[in-house]
Amino acid sequence: MQKASPIPTAPHTQGFLRRYIFTTDHKMIGRQYFFLSLAAVLVGAWLSLLMRIHIVWPKAALPFLGEIKPENYLAYLTMHGTLMVFFVLSMVPQNGFGTFFLPLQLGASEMAFPRLNMLGFSTALLSFFVLLAAFFAPGGPSGAGWTQYPPLSAIAAAGPGQALGTDLWLVSIGLFCLASIMSAINFVTTTLKRRAPGMTLMRMPLTCWAWFVTAVLILLAFGVLVAAVIMLMLDRHAGTSFFVPGGLLVSGKAVEHSGGSPLLWQHLFWFFGHPEVYIAILPAMGVTSHLLSTFARKPVFGYKAMVGATLAIGGLGFMVWGHHMFASGMDPHAGFAFSSLTTAIAVPSAVKTFNWVGTLYGGRIRYTTPLLFSVGFVSLFITGGLTGPLLAQPALDVYLHDTYFVVAHFHLIMAMAGLFAVFAATYFWFPKMFGRMLNERLGRLHFWLTLFGAYATFMPMHLLGIAGHPRRYSELTGVQYVTAMLPLQRFITLAAIVTLAAQLIFLINLFWSLRKGAAAEANPWRCTSLEWTLPSPAPKDGLTERNPFVSHGPYEYLPGAESDEDFVMQDAPAS
Amino acid sequence: MAIALRIALVLITLGCVFLFVSHPLWFPAGVSAQARPLDHDFYVAFWVLGALFIAGQLVLVWVLAKRSTNQRSTRNWYGNGRLEIGWTVIIATIFLWFHLSGGQLWSRMMSPVKEAGQLHIEVTGAQFQWYFRYPGPDGVFGRTEPVKFAKPEEGNPLGIDPADPAGRDDIVSTTMVLPVGRLVQLHLRAQDVVHSLFIPAMRFKQDTVPGMEIHSHLMPTQVGTFEIACAELCGLGHYRMRALVRVVSEAEFEKWLNAQISAPGQP
Repeated sequence: MQKASPIPTAPHTQGFLRRYIFTTDHKMIGRQYFFLSLAAVLVGAWLSLLMRIHIVWPKAALPFLGEIKPENYLAYLTMHGTLMVFFVLSMVPQNGFGTFFLPLQLGASEMAFPRLNMLGFSTALLSFFVLLAAFFAPGGPSGAGWTQYPPLSAIAAAGPGQALGTDLWLVSIGLFCLASIMSAINFVTTTLKRRAPGMTLMRMPLTCWAWFVTAVLILLAFGVLVAAVIMLMLDRHAGTSFFVPGGLLVSGKAVEHSGGSPLLWQHLFWFFGHPEVYIAILPAMGVTSHLLSTFARKPVFGYKAMVGATLAIGGLGFMVWGHHMFASGMDPHAGFAFSSLTTAIAVPSAVKTFNWVGTLYGGRIRYTTPLLFSVGFVSLFITGGLTGPLLAQPALDVYLHDTYFVVAHFHLIMAMAGLFAVFAATYFWFPKMFGRMLNERLGRLHFWLTLFGAYATFMPMHLLGIAGHPRRYSELTGVQYVTAMLPLQRFITLAAIVTLAAQLIFLINLFWSLRKGAAAEANPWRCTSLEWTLPSPAPKDGLTERNPFVSHGPYEYLPGAESDEDFVMQDAPAS
Repeated sequence: MAIALRIALVLITLGCVFLFVSHPLWFPAGVSAQARPLDHDFYVAFWVLGALFIAGQLVLVWVLAKRSTNQRSTRNWYGNGRLEIGWTVIIATIFLWFHLSGGQLWSRMMSPVKEAGQLHIEVTGAQFQWYFRYPGPDGVFGRTEPVKFAKPEEGNPLGIDPADPAGRDDIVSTTMVLPVGRLVQLHLRAQDVVHSLFIPAMRFKQDTVPGMEIHSHLMPTQVGTFEIACAELCGLGHYRMRALVRVVSEAEFEKWLNAQISAPGQP
């Protein structure tokens, strides 16, 4: 079938503001999210560097900043966690790549609600600025960590940054919740209502499945968080006592509250917070499945099992929040139930891992940068994932809870694995987003340094945790057995500095390639999904004029084919 | 590139194994009754999961090394039901066994125990100090109301009600002194924000939550002095919220207790 070539539209009829800022074009909004996440990751990474330096050289005078004080450390810690969890790991895999590619992969011409899409991004941007504004607040940003446990977060006198800094944090996160919900409504509706003819649910690429299930998780989880932050705000300013019990004495002053429960916040927070982990990692899993198949030139092994595992992880993800609270004073019977469900979630996660390995097995693997990062994802997912069943055992978790062991666990499985998928996705989709290829040589160098750097930074943290090093310590001088761990902490800081420096290679590659990279053809990776039927970069009108009719599954790579034409596009005519 | 990636993954696996075998840092020697079973469970987990880690990484290396079979048949091309069910059942069985064996320990650790002659200690976390209260000869803790009675510089940090006779013989210490081999019932509280009493050598950790009294128990098995750290972010001084546990012989404990009753406030 001959495809009608897209009708050229007058490209420059819109002004700058309408094209780049107040745009309802999902592709432009996707790029906006991408750059917002990039800004957030730069700040977040910079803060982690300052923290690592402060831990091991507390008296070091840094250029421009001088000496970092313990209160700065806690502020950096809170901001690092908040930026990385919300504005990086939840934002770029879902809102960045998803907003750009979900409609294209489904064969839709636009998101279901383009204006809501725009409003979602504007709200997220506002939320970002409100969060950063805390750096200029008296007392600085909140120092209560990204989990904001009350009463520390509820009472202004409990520490520096607990006044205006915490208010700004709460407002920012409230706005972020609203932004995420707006975006998720769009994702769900678009997936259910805007698929091209022939694009059945079981023909959707696994990326779309991941974005869809993640959007459902966002709707259910962020709604609870928005309620929780409003309740905490009321406790702080309207005299309610949801989270603060009576009879407290903070900094020598009696607190005017009575009857609240600090554990209530922990339940509400983790009811959001644990699905949040899957909100971050499900799209990363989807990307990994998609890319491993593309570069192994093989279909995803066990597509149905992959869909099932995605749904199982999404469902079970709402029943495991209590595993963050084994040491909190929660009823031990509840602890056992949460432990059972947490161990259960390891099964669909393992199924995914087996299927990735099965996808690679016997493939004609093309060792491109996106493939390298996807294999890195699988390796990190195995490593970080296997400490999961250990931490799911309440008896062991109680000892390791709030130590560096947990820091190692979630940085490997959520932060590093998540980022590896984001890097893979960036190298993979950059041509479709910006019309140019990223440099492969720089990409590989970036991969090698980041892979070894990630392991060198986070593996030794397990040992700190086993030896009993609590997390969120701004200095090592307060407890003697912790002081003795300085040499290993120094090693970790050095590894972190090298890993962070390696990210400069990525930045240089990104900005150089945006202007000077090799022009990308329509389908440089010989991939089957619908976004590759469009020229690169994807034109503003997207698939509007193409009206794709889908007659193939998402991963039809042909066995035994030697040529480049070893795949069937999803909209190729049925044979 | 293919070979480089395989070598890198093998090097990383070897590096991780080396790190854990040489382990420059490890558990402190266990000095409480729950240390031995907990360490045992940890080692079971460590070996099972360590073996799965090595196997997982090496299988990844192996599939990358597997030459393209250039197969023309589509067998195993889209999946393999038997294989998929098989590995799901195997991994589910391993995890289920693992979970149930861990659950037994949890149940033993958390079940309330009672013993004749057990000692009661109330632990209170406050920014950034631990207080340990002993009920004194009457065996009853006096009523506390920090908001009313815990005035700064008055030597009554817990706010024990002076009008309550049960409180008059209470002993408040900033060091936790324990007799070796005696069961200790802990009553954990917090005065301001959430703290967490962490005694690594005793494999003990329990959050202290304002508005709640949490019960837990502890059995020291070895004489010595061990450190307590705070494990829940509680503010600026979190990193220096340290105290000591001094485990002493029964005789020495009685001596200390009597000295406290006659001259309160001496550590």
